Amino acid sequence: MKFIIAIIKPFKLDEVREALSGIGIAGMTVTEVKGFGRQKGQTEIYRGAEYSTNMLPKVKIEIAASDEVAHKVIETIQQTANTQAIGDGKIFMLDLASATRIRTGESGENAL
Amino acid sequence: MKKSLICAATSLLAASPALAAPAAPVPNPGNNAWMMTATVLVMLMILPGLALFYGGLTRSKNMLSTMTQIGAAAALAMIIWVMWGFSLAFGDTVYDAPLGLFISGGSYFLSGTDASSTAATFTDEVISKYVFISFQMTFAAITAALILGATAERLKFSAVMAFVPIWLTIVYFPIAHMVWASGGLLFEDGALDFAGGTVVHINAGVSGLVLAYLVGQRRGYPKEPMPPHSMTLTMVGTGLLWVGWFGFNAGSALEADGSAGLAMINTFVATAAGALAWMVIERLAGHKGSALGFCSGVIAGLVAVTPAAGNSGPFGAILLGIVSSAVCYVFVASVKQKLGYDDALDAFGIHGVGGIVGAIGTGIVYQPWIGGPGDGSTPLGAQLWVQIFSVLVTIAWAGIGTLVAGMIVKATIGLRVGEEEEVNGLDIAEHGERAYN
Repeated sequence: MKFIIAIIKPFKLDEVREALSGIGIAGMTVTEVKGFGRQKGQTEIYRGAEYSTNMLPKVKIEIAASDEVAHKVIETIQQTANTQAIGDGKIFMLDLASATRIRTGESGENAL
Repeated sequence: MKKSLICAATSLLAASPALAAPAAPVPNPGNNAWMMTATVLVMLMILPGLALFYGGLTRSKNMLSTMTQIGAAAALAMIIWVMWGFSLAFGDTVYDAPLGLFISGGSYFLSGTDASSTAATFTDEVISKYVFISFQMTFAAITAALILGATAERLKFSAVMAFVPIWLTIVYFPIAHMVWASGGLLFEDGALDFAGGTVVHINAGVSGLVLAYLVGQRRGYPKEPMPPHSMTLTMVGTGLLWVGWFGFNAGSALEADGSAGLAMINTFVATAAGALAWMVIERLAGHKGSALGFCSGVIAGLVAVTPAAGNSGPFGAILLGIVSSAVCYVFVASVKQKLGYDDALDAFGIHGVGGIVGAIGTGIVYQPWIGGPGDGSTPLGAQLWVQIFSVLVTIAWAGIGTLVAGMIVKATIGLRVGEEEEVNGLDIAEHGERAYN
């Protein structure tokens, strides 16, 4: 099993969610986050006083998937969240040691 | 008109049989009704208008402190006004010069005033004296509250409550008398100040600047970013200020007459011009036209048109709004940073500077050749000097008076909250509440 963490631009979330539903992904966790990478922050100006914020708002998606679909998930996110501009985000994949469904106690891929 | 003719006729009939004493003048209900409306419109400017405008510009940890200081300072000013404020500014006892140039007396605790008492307007009409006292009361209240924008986010609440009575007594009441009471120094001088450009705005701006110097910069200023916590509330406050300002400016005619109508249209167009001008200047400076720019331009236009409200034609007022926005923009966006004072919410940068532009500009837009209501009997140069003199007197009086009042408070109870209180925010430290939970 794999655990996939994707950081994407907030406005791409709906598109990515729909695309992932299309390949059979039935669940995900979404968090609003802030951070920075190569894309620098933005500048805010209040009555001439400039404040540069180096953190930008992003959305973090977390998905647990079986080994077979994991690469399909990454490919889908990479294609849908892409705007060809810096700041599009990153996708990370980790090995997932276990998964348990709280209601039934099922574990492993059955719990996904 | 018809009604007043009938009234005049009946009073003639009643008076004709005997040589009775002239009947006491009776206020025209229309004028009274307008002035009562205007008075509550000025009240709307303070709460919630100014409270939201200033509050939105502070950081969220100081929202309640900013709004509560405004409300409490205004409330205290109202109580002081009926005890001795009205007396010193517009009291019935007229002193000879030189004392009479600066204050009046009598009428303490409104003695001698009842519901039938009247106050003169600028024509032969009268309005109820209680209405006049209330109207002028709101001016004292808002001026005291305006100062607190300069000292926001670090001035103690107790210092506000100690400062306001002293400041009103030695600064506001004498300046109001000088400008608006017959016998006052600047009134007799012929200074044009329709609704309080000097008395309210230059006065509050300069006083705020001096008090901001005395209390010192906010911790972390200017290195730490201190962006406004709610531009939404600032925009709401700006709207309420603009609406309330019609009471402030058009009410200063003291009657529901043509002069009030002139003040009304000027309060629309000067403000609109100021708002757009500020946003255009932002674009010219290479930035985006901003919401705060719009709000700042609204205030710059309103402040500048205050002395000119009934003393300008509509196109003179538009000119004044544009110039005021331009000068205020330069002041808050560049001069302020260079001088290094921390006028937190730009009480001086907009009210002080815009007030000076308005007071001097009124001398120009009053002239008939630019569409003003003046008859041209006072040459432009002479009128300008009278205006500049009134500005200088106001700056000097407000500056020195605030220095004295501020030093007294600083030496007794202190002006500033402690470091921990300031870092945690004045809401929790001074009032035991948070604005947002």
